[in-house]
Amino acid sequence: MFRPSKHIREKYLEEEMWPSIFCQGCGIGTVMNATLRAIDKVGLDIDQTIFVSGIGCSSRVPGYLDADGLHTTHGRAIAFATGVKLANPELTVIVFTGDGDMAGIGGNHFIHAARRNVDLTVICVNNYNYGMTGTQVSPTTPVGGITMTSPYGNVESPFDLSALAIGAGAAYVAKWATMYPHEMMTAIKKGIEKKGFAFIETLAACPTGYGRKNKMKEGKDHMLWCKENTIGKSRYERLSEQEQNSCGKIVIGELRNIEKPEFTAEWSKLVEQHYME
Amino acid sequence: MSEQAVLTGEHFMTGDEAAAEGGLAAGCRFFGGYPITPATEVTEVMAKRLPGVGGVFIQMEDEMASMNTLLGAAWGGMKSMTSTSGPGFSLMMENLGLGIITETPCVLVNVQRGGPSTGLPTLVGQQDMMQAKWGSHGDYEIIALAPSSPQEAFDFTIHAFNFSEQYRLPVLLMMDESVGHMFEKVVIPKAEDIKLVPRRITKDKPADYLPFKPDDDLVPPMIEFGEGYRVHITGLTHDEKGYPVINAEAQQPLVRRLCEKITKNADKIYMYDERELDDAEVVVISYGITARIAQQVVNECRAEGKKVGHLRLITCWPFPEPIVRKLADRIKGFVVPEINLGQMSLEVERVAGRGIPTICVPNAGGEVHNPEDIHAVIREVLK
Repeated sequence: MFRPSKHIREKYLEEEMWPSIFCQGCGIGTVMNATLRAIDKVGLDIDQTIFVSGIGCSSRVPGYLDADGLHTTHGRAIAFATGVKLANPELTVIVFTGDGDMAGIGGNHFIHAARRNVDLTVICVNNYNYGMTGTQVSPTTPVGGITMTSPYGNVESPFDLSALAIGAGAAYVAKWATMYPHEMMTAIKKGIEKKGFAFIETLAACPTGYGRKNKMKEGKDHMLWCKENTIGKSRYERLSEQEQNSCGKIVIGELRNIEKPEFTAEWSKLVEQHYME
Repeated sequence: MSEQAVLTGEHFMTGDEAAAEGGLAAGCRFFGGYPITPATEVTEVMAKRLPGVGGVFIQMEDEMASMNTLLGAAWGGMKSMTSTSGPGFSLMMENLGLGIITETPCVLVNVQRGGPSTGLPTLVGQQDMMQAKWGSHGDYEIIALAPSSPQEAFDFTIHAFNFSEQYRLPVLLMMDESVGHMFEKVVIPKAEDIKLVPRRITKDKPADYLPFKPDDDLVPPMIEFGEGYRVHITGLTHDEKGYPVINAEAQQPLVRRLCEKITKNADKIYMYDERELDDAEVVVISYGITARIAQQVVNECRAEGKKVGHLRLITCWPFPEPIVRKLADRIKGFVVPEINLGQMSLEVERVAGRGIPTICVPNAGGEVHNPEDIHAVIREVLK
């Protein structure tokens, strides 16, 4: 049902570049699909939509799209996107990133763009590891997670990326997983429509990397894991405080949606005040 | 261009301020910066001036980010600029390389201080000259200009923008703390008298356009995002279409062209100042603040009847090989004072060969040369 329809394929994909480098069961295709459907629903002019990415598997997405795209350096996509948006605020700027790219090497750019509330939509494919380089521990690898650089189990606490975005001041934050593609698509749509920094985190399978080492060898294993380990926000809020503290589950859903002054709009006001003919 | 962007008239200002004004006069409307001594004043002038000319100023979270915003803003359609000093210059190396491979015009001002590391934040150095050429990984050619006065900081920033648009790459203004903080008269011409190279926007329609297919001068025409061209710009090795191609067949022509667009056009890029070279037996080669001390020494030598000339480098990169080679064939030796322990002197030595001596007058930084130190080396070579 969520394979790209002919319409989406013909409208948005750079056919020459396919097939993709993504492994069987990888979650990135689902996130990409949801993003393109969200763009279609919003009715964005693709010629006015810019895709920016850093380095990693998820950062290869712009290379498969028939649109203006910037594939930049590791972790820096958001800073790059900030430059594009400020130079031409009319453009819709969408960042594709991953947990290592965005929260590891690029963590500083992430929190500061959220703080500034620049009108960007940042879509983070969180697959708990550095996949492109062959399964190394990332800032979101769960405690105990096995990777090539945590062969005895990860001893570090992971980041909650959505909580980080909220703490840093993002206007819109949602967390979903690839097993909820429709909800994810709706969140991305709302993120694009949001005038401000929108962050959509998607928990995703990496069957050949993190999955293989952590008893999730197939795409469906991650789905089952998500089913057991996540809880919807509204259900979570109905729990008692004690139940919330002891449930040990990842809360998914729309976690923040507020109005606050957006950087490019504020800058335009400032220019209006100071511009001299 | 509005009168506010070009402050036509005579001013008394620092090299840092003049570089910022040069940027505005060149049409720069985006500045992504980060505070660092002794370059902060460039950033401060831009923060104050850009809103008035309808531009954008942003102070980023670090120098990696500011360099990245420059590249993003350039593809968004603006002329963009930043300033920094040694520690920030090191951080910018990563995305300088991205600017090179994506052929993105922008200007980076480095007001050099003494290093390594934090070194001497408030005191002069010329120690990043080799980093400018070799600091980012991979093979590349760069354009770097060194001003010797605030007036030149203004003028050369405009040259830097013009080179960046002509050859599509980040261009470096390699200033130093002494010039950056020196107050002098700066004459800013009328806007209509400032020659600007416009962005090389393609005339092709989107269906025919290949973003990395070069013109005859090896430079490909550019586009702005949002115009329907649907280009993919990547730091990966790419073909003329711009999409990644990870093999030697794509790498060889791309990297060669990125270098050759500078080396094969170098004759049109070289800038230097020749003083009393015709009969010179010894030639002093210098740049930046050091050129002012060197010229004083050359004047003294001439007064004493010594045949000493002065070649002042304006483009340190590309290094003006032809003039140095020509001089090497007929003089007794080169003397190269610089505020480092021997960087551009290595380049002089490489070009001059082993036939004549090339002697560096080293200075680890913190102060300019004592003229006598340069004098002593000239006497030695003349012996």
